[in-house]
This record gives sequence, structure tokens and C-alpha cells, in this order.
Amino acid sequence: MPAGFTDYQTRARWRSPWTFGLVLFLALGVMLAVSVNFGYMPFSPGEIIEVLRGKFFGGLPELPENRVIVLWEVRLPRLMTALLAGAALGLSGAIFQGLLLNPLADPYTLGVSSGAACGAAIVIITGLLAPGLTFLNTPWALTCGAFIVASLTLALVIALARDEQKHLSPTNLILSGVIMSAILSAAISFIKYLAGDQVSSIIFWLLGSFVARTWTDAGLVLAFFLPALLIALWSAVDLNIMTLGARSAETLGVNTRRVRLRLLAAASLAASAAVSVAGIIGFVGLIVPHLVRLVTGPDHRSLLPLSALGGALLLLSADTVVRAVLPGEIPVGVLTALLAGPVFLVIFRRRMGRLAYD
Amino acid sequence: MTDLAAKAPAAPSPWLTVSNLGFFHGTQEVLSGVGLEFQPGRHYILAGPNGAGKSTLLDLLANLKKPASGGIMVRGRPMNDFSPLALARALALAPQDFRLNFSFTVREVVAMGRRPYLGRWGRLTARDYAAVDRAIEAVDLGTLVHKPVTALSGGERQRVVAARALAQETPILLLDEPTSGLDVAHGLALMDLARRRAEAGTLVITVTHDLNLAAPFAHEFVFLKKGRLVAAGITEETFTGDILAMVYEAGARVARDDFSGGPAASFRLPGRNSAPGV
Repeated sequence: MPAGFTDYQTRARWRSPWTFGLVLFLALGVMLAVSVNFGYMPFSPGEIIEVLRGKFFGGLPELPENRVIVLWEVRLPRLMTALLAGAALGLSGAIFQGLLLNPLADPYTLGVSSGAACGAAIVIITGLLAPGLTFLNTPWALTCGAFIVASLTLALVIALARDEQKHLSPTNLILSGVIMSAILSAAISFIKYLAGDQVSSIIFWLLGSFVARTWTDAGLVLAFFLPALLIALWSAVDLNIMTLGARSAETLGVNTRRVRLRLLAAASLAASAAVSVAGIIGFVGLIVPHLVRLVTGPDHRSLLPLSALGGALLLLSADTVVRAVLPGEIPVGVLTALLAGPVFLVIFRRRMGRLAYD
Repeated sequence: MTDLAAKAPAAPSPWLTVSNLGFFHGTQEVLSGVGLEFQPGRHYILAGPNGAGKSTLLDLLANLKKPASGGIMVRGRPMNDFSPLALARALALAPQDFRLNFSFTVREVVAMGRRPYLGRWGRLTARDYAAVDRAIEAVDLGTLVHKPVTALSGGERQRVVAARALAQETPILLLDEPTSGLDVAHGLALMDLARRRAEAGTLVITVTHDLNLAAPFAHEFVFLKKGRLVAAGITEETFTGDILAMVYEAGARVARDDFSGGPAASFRLPGRNSAPGV
């Protein structure tokens, strides 16, 4: 007899969170193996194991040095950054959808992603205008800039959305998020204008890409993503209850204000880490939680970790496609938007149909 | 306002006591000087015209709002002494403004009512499942247990919310407009359930506009008007033409209805002798 809120009896066995989680996990493993092997320089599984063994347990791998460098310094960091950024976006989307009581919300809804993008753009433009400040050209500076402005954005959105009694309604949050996003995109346009001839560096970064990402980038996302995941899991049961509305949750003993702030912080940690290393990658945070919910149901105890897994799988696959399958290097953000946009439309229409019945 | 205590049958101590309760919405006074005692084992109907302060009073009783003046005692202790969890084990509210946006099944939503008894990961024991199943049966949702709440009709959703509050198995139960959107049969069944809960020892307070539906199932009525308590006491003495006419500012008459076996009120516009066209 399974315990918990999840009503397993209605769902087929493969749709149980554990089975689906295992499926996603195996698919992610396969995708990693495939992806390492794809590209300008293919690697056999034996070579990968050899290099990893050499890196972790010492002993030089018996491989040409350039192959080791391509695998260890170029390919693997890029794959891991894409995987972790995808996980962060999936997690953040699932949290926002639960908090805002809206299955169509994502990290962009509250302006958190726009804030992160604006922060990163500020760091880039300052680096361009003041070449002496070399520390601004590091990934850490970019991520911290993104996180600071994303947090400021979130704080402003919350301050705007609060009513007299300091209650935060989802509707007010969404509306003030829309307002802040509009202001931030104007700010980003202004920064692009300031960049003058060098605007392309900002534009390309904003398009979303994993080209030339390093272990530092991967480590950065991990450092932001892990605490976010732990905080989110800690509050998953309360998040389930908060989907009944704040008043119901309060009478069930949930401190909705505290849980909401905690989860907003977790979601923006994850979203700003992803945006700062990858630029703007739309729709992953929107689509993935939605698809996971269709399979295993809305219980956040499974939805949050499975959305992270699903996001990792989706973004790693998308990055592999732009890197090794499509000609040239289309920014991965463009691909996800092009592919996921129509999926989003279908989901939207489905929901409209359902609402029409209500 | 101790007339209610004087008229109610003698009981050892009230489970909910409000004294000199006041509340402001901005600068507007919505409740003022309300004092009441609620005894266990009774079903109270909280009624009054729009804007009388019924919902505000219910929110204050559920600790969703903090009073501007006065205080509330829950089973002899000040409400502020209760931790949120302790209060959730003492008092359940079926709110009117519930949200069912996510496709949890009926059983999953009702199981959320067990939250005050569960650990961090929300694991349910056999005892919790039993409480959930009892609550689902009580509101006649047995055939829909595994259905996503997003696929239910308005009346079915309303009953899911009531069941969620019942599953909390608290000594005090607050129902906010529980029959709005329900058909006649389910409305009657819900009022009957509230009455039976009360007779089993629970203190039930129901806010409703449907006076005739509620009256046969009410032990006592509490009438608010413009934020003040205007009448409270057992149904026979408060559910009368005079009091209803005063509360609602309309012509009112109460007669015993042979068919339902309870009192029934009829109303007409003030100053009219008959309905238009008659």
C-alpha cells in the first residue's frame, strides 16, 4: 500500500513517480553517452572511461593529449552545464507554477529571468566600457550579477504585489512580474544601445547558448541548483497544500508567507544560475513541469525532482542537436523556443477546452 | 452579550468565546463590540445581510485575520497561545474561495486535510486513510474518489472542500457558504451532516444566506447587521418574523412548515402587501 497523498490507484504503473523517475534517469544516462560521442570529435565509451579514470584516480590516460583536452576541457563541461542548467530551469518552473497556482507560469512570469538577464548584461557592458576591470570577464561575476539583479527584481515584485495586510496574492504577483519584465526589457535594450558596435556579444549571449562553457560554469549552476532543490523538497508537501489557496493552507497549519518566500528564493536561485551561464532559454521551465504533471500527477514531492530530471534531459538533448546535428551553431535558446512554442500552444488550447467545460 | 449564554442549555464551558471583538477594513469599521459564546454539540447559523461582517467574523474565528480589539478564546485558552498546527487540530474551515487548479484526485485533496497530523513528507497512516474515506463517504463522493478535481462540477468541488475540512476531524468546524452551488438534495444532505456532526459533539458554525435550507438543521442563530451583533439564541426564539424583519429590513413571517417539519420564513419588500402582479 503506497503511502502519501499520491493516489496511485488511478494511474498506470509506469506513471508512478519512481518508475517514471527511473525512466528519465536512464534516458539521461543514454543521452549523455550519445552526446559525448556526437560532434566534431567522437569518443568511444572506452576512451571516456579512460579519461575519467585518469582525471579522478591519477595515471595518465593512454590517449593523444588533444583528445583528452577536447573531452575534458570542452565537451564534458559543456554537456554538464547544459544538463544542470536544464535541471535548474525545470525545477524553477515547477516551483513557480505551484506557487502562482498557474500551470502556465514559468521563471519569466515574475521577471526573475529578465532580472537575471539584465544583471548579466550590466556585467558585460561594464566589462566592455571599463576594460580595466578584468574580474568582470569571469563567469563568477556574470552569475553573481545575474543573481543580484534577479533577487532585486523579485524583492521589488513582492513589494509591489503586497496588499495592505502584507498578503501576496498570485494574481498580484503575476501582474507586478509583468510590469517588472517590461521595465527590465527596456533596460536591456538600453544596455544594447550603450554597447554600440559590440552589441553582438550581448545579443548572442542573450540568445542562449552553451558554446565554450567551462567546469566553472557547471560548478556555478550546481552550487545554486542544489540548495534550491533541497529547499524545494523540504517545502513540497506545503506547496501541495498551498495549491488549495492561501486561506485553506493557513487553516491547515501552513505558514504560507514563510513557505512562499522560501520557495520564491529557491526558484530564483535556480533560475538566475541557469540564465547567467546559458542566457535566455525559454519554455524549458514551462513545458517540462507540465509534461511531468501529465504523466505522474501534480504532487510536488515527485513533480519537483522529476521536473529537474526532465529539464536536464530536454536541454542536454537540445544542446546536442544544435551542436552536432544541425549545421552551424544555432543558439540553443532559439531551438527550444521554436520547438516548445507549438507544444505550449497545444497545452494552452487543451486547457482552454477544459475551462470551457467548467 | 450574554443573553445567548443565558438561553443556551447549561454547558460546562464554551469551546469558542469572543469578547468585544472589533475589526477594521482600512478605516471602515466592519465589526464592533461582538461578544458570543459557542457551546460544543450545537450547530450555529451565522446570518445577516450583505456586508454585515459574517465572513470577517468567520475569518477571525479561523485566525485568518487578527482582531483590532477584543479577543477569542478556544476551549478556554487565548487563540494566540495556539501554534498554527495546534490550532489546525482544533479548528477546521471549509472556505468559500478555495482553489482547485491542479489535477489532484478527490482523495488526494481530501487527504490534505490530514496535514496537521502528518510529518514533513506527508506520509499517511491507516488511521489517516480511514479518516479520509469517512469524510469522502460523508459528502457522498464515494464514486468520484479517483477523479481529478479539475474534472468535477462546481457542486462536486464544493463537497470536496467540505470533505477536506471534515477529514481534519477537529472539535470545531467552520463552514463558509457550504451549500452555495449545491443542488437541493446535496444542500439538504450537507446541512443534515452539519447537524449530525454537532449532535456527535462537534461545535459547528455555518455561514449561509439560505435561511430556509438551514433553519430546520440549526440549533441556534446568530444575526449580524452592520458589524454588530443584533440577535443570538436558540432557533425557536431568534428565527422569528420580527427579528428577520429587523435584520433584513424586509417584511418577514415565520411559520412552521408541515412538510419539512422545521420553521420556514417568507419575505416581501417592505411596505408592500403582496408580490408584484398579485
